Amino acid sequence: MAKLKVNGESVDIDVDGATPLLWVLREQLGLTGTKYSCGIGLCGACTVHIDGKAVRSCVIPVDSVTAAQQIVTIEGLSSDGSHPVQQAWAELDVPQCGYCQPGIIMAAAALLDSTSDPSDADIDANLPNICRCGTFNRVRRGVHLAVQLNKRGRS
Amino acid sequence: MAMEQVTISRREFLIGTAAAGAGLSLGLYLPLGVSTAAAADIPPEVNAWVVIKPDDTVIIRIARSEMGQGTLTGLAQLVAEELDCDWSRVQTEYPTPGQNLARDRIWGSFSTGGSQGIRGSHQYVRTGGALARELLIEAAADAWGVSKKECSAAASVITHRPSGQTTTYGKVAAAAAQLVPPLQVELKDPKDWKIAGKPVKRLDTRDKLTGKQVFGADLQLPGMLNATVRACPVFGGRLAAFDAAAVRKLPGVRAVLRVDDTAVAVVADTWWQAKTALDKLPVTWDEGPNADVSSASIARMLQEGLTAKDAFVGNQSGDVKAALKAAAKTVEATYGYPYQNHATMEPMNATARWTPERCEVWCPTQNGEAALAAAAEAAGLPQTQCDVYKIHLGGGFGRRGAFHDFVKQAVAIAKQLPGTPVKLLWTREEDMQHGAYHPITQAKLVGGLDDKGELVGLHVRISGQSILASVRPEALKDGADSFIFQALQPDGHHGISYTIPNLLVDHAMRNPPVPPGFWRGVNVNQNAIYMECFVDELAYAAGKDPLAFRQKLMANHPKSLAVLNAVAKKAGWGKPAANGAHRGLAVCKAFNSYVAACAEVTVDADSGQLKIHRIVAATDPGHAVNPQQIEAQVEGSFVFGLSALLYGECTINGGRVEQENFDTYRSMLINEMPKVETIVMPSGGFWGGVGEPTIAVAAPAVLNAIFAATGKRVRQFPLKNVDLSSA
Repeated sequence: MAKLKVNGESVDIDVDGATPLLWVLREQLGLTGTKYSCGIGLCGACTVHIDGKAVRSCVIPVDSVTAAQQIVTIEGLSSDGSHPVQQAWAELDVPQCGYCQPGIIMAAAALLDSTSDPSDADIDANLPNICRCGTFNRVRRGVHLAVQLNKRGRS
Repeated sequence: MAMEQVTISRREFLIGTAAAGAGLSLGLYLPLGVSTAAAADIPPEVNAWVVIKPDDTVIIRIARSEMGQGTLTGLAQLVAEELDCDWSRVQTEYPTPGQNLARDRIWGSFSTGGSQGIRGSHQYVRTGGALARELLIEAAADAWGVSKKECSAAASVITHRPSGQTTTYGKVAAAAAQLVPPLQVELKDPKDWKIAGKPVKRLDTRDKLTGKQVFGADLQLPGMLNATVRACPVFGGRLAAFDAAAVRKLPGVRAVLRVDDTAVAVVADTWWQAKTALDKLPVTWDEGPNADVSSASIARMLQEGLTAKDAFVGNQSGDVKAALKAAAKTVEATYGYPYQNHATMEPMNATARWTPERCEVWCPTQNGEAALAAAAEAAGLPQTQCDVYKIHLGGGFGRRGAFHDFVKQAVAIAKQLPGTPVKLLWTREEDMQHGAYHPITQAKLVGGLDDKGELVGLHVRISGQSILASVRPEALKDGADSFIFQALQPDGHHGISYTIPNLLVDHAMRNPPVPPGFWRGVNVNQNAIYMECFVDELAYAAGKDPLAFRQKLMANHPKSLAVLNAVAKKAGWGKPAANGAHRGLAVCKAFNSYVAACAEVTVDADSGQLKIHRIVAATDPGHAVNPQQIEAQVEGSFVFGLSALLYGECTINGGRVEQENFDTYRSMLINEMPKVETIVMPSGGFWGGVGEPTIAVAAPAVLNAIFAATGKRVRQFPLKNVDLSSA
């Protein structure tokens, strides 16, 4: 039995410690918004936040995460889809099939937390997520729009 | 285009009304547990396409699948346009293929491929919306005791014009459901559209932003077990033996079983447990007759076809042999296009529950009816005792349309565990190695120029794989595959964009033992590269501007010429590009739409590093149902087409695909994505597809720009294998 802190709640899990965090989230906690696609940390569909940093949960053994660390999944990014990234994505109709989008949204949210007004180069460096539908240009516009929404929200 | 009058067959509406009732919608709600409302609470359908709740919520039934391409929203717009309903209250639902079967296919085709979603069903879905509107108006008129001719509808409100009294669709829907629909209905002139033709927001975005959208891979059913499979990695090989005892006692494992002749599965409480056990399972394969097949052996097979005597003729005019003989100058080149994997982000999956009486499947599919047929076959039950509940796809690209191997596997597993729902989810590695690959071809092109540099003859010899021969052999005509000539055909939806006086396009069919499939864009992808790059080669050989050279051959192709001219003008063809970039053009007609692109690239002389700065794209799909979604499809098409150009290649060694994951089968990332400027220029009078055509021009526009920048003609792909430096 181990403890994790997911989306602000402490949860008990009973699982082999080598199980990737992704599968604990999906199969033990029912948080299926975080996706499996490559399983080797390459595509980014499984991106979640640990202590505010975007990480790829498919290659993180659950026993390497402590009970003190804050895990946030797409389900916990906001209670109602009101995070600036989610708002911007809705405004621009960013998703196509949508399977990779929770990962991209989590990566974008982490980028905005660390860099209040990211440049295109920042976006290139911090969103190396695979999207086979090809939403990249709207993703880029979405990040810039989220910055504007953030500013508006604060003013 | 004027208003269109549609006559409805008597049979069609009788089936629609006779079967109308509460049971239908109930079945739709159950699978995902969204609602288990009692049958009596389900609102009656006005007709097969439209259900209206008392609170004026409009539920529009969509037969085609949503896989990202926006068809769900586009089709709903078309129904809503004719229905004259309040767009802000529109929801959608999928009827099941079992219901379609039971109602004599009232929703038509469920197939979602060939960029057909909208162009293949616009008329009957609009008719469905218009008929529902007529019924709702009539029900209101009856209640008021007035003539329906005095009533009109807008945004779900019906008004009796003389008296000004109003009611809403929700209030009269139950009464409308009891009426007999009219036999004729008028469809609106597209110029009067208020919902269709507008850049409205997608209906499926919100849940895709919060993690709420349930994909097939995410499905949870009570008591469900999880499975993963491994099939013989060698094409045509079989499962010889496996040592179940070696993993049977591992945590969570419930069963280790033979799926069919080729695959073994582990079933466990969780998917991760199933996968962990399968990784440890000792398996022996009978590799069969293809164990020695390699990319090199396949290439030799295709090379032989380039000069073979016999070939199927796809397009012929004049006397190409004589024209080439008489030409002042001939140009010759050989191109080749590799195998590609669809690589949908969501790996193949299906969930099945089997009992001796009934088989149910929940899955992402591009063709619910084909999934139903596959389920029934694997279940050993008639289709009437099976059903398929469709789920939005995490990418399709053709992989989930003609092929339901994953459905058959899921049912074969569930059949061995009667009554227990089993979710089968493939690993990425399984997905990479068991695709239905973009077929492999080579092409030898010979063109003849006269002493003025005019093109007088062209021979395009295609050698390689036929999709139809493998997937739909009954569609071959005297052995020939007409699909192989897409974008090079004499006319029609995939007609060639040029008039060439002496032309021969022929195909030496060579079918390696690697299963081919329809891959977004299908044969247009390579044919547009062959044609558009070679036309560029001819233009340079003639000492002519590539735009002017093309224009001269396009006098009889005004719509193709219009999109080409549009991109050339917007890109600034003839004037220097920013960043010192060089430009390349491509034009194509595919899926009945006209598309063109102008790419701007630079290539670093020392490193050979390619940078694609900007692409201007134009598309004329006839009618633009949702312009902002067309832009999204055009932008996405460049990611798909350029990923293939830059990185896409499945190589064969030992009879199997060598690539297993995204590390060796790369896809383009955001840092490589050019700026895309999209011109949507619907000229009306026809309906073209949108999801695929633009892929055709992505690669050749960039390749022609690379030539302009470097003087290098790349003819074998992907570019990752090519040194573009000038060293």
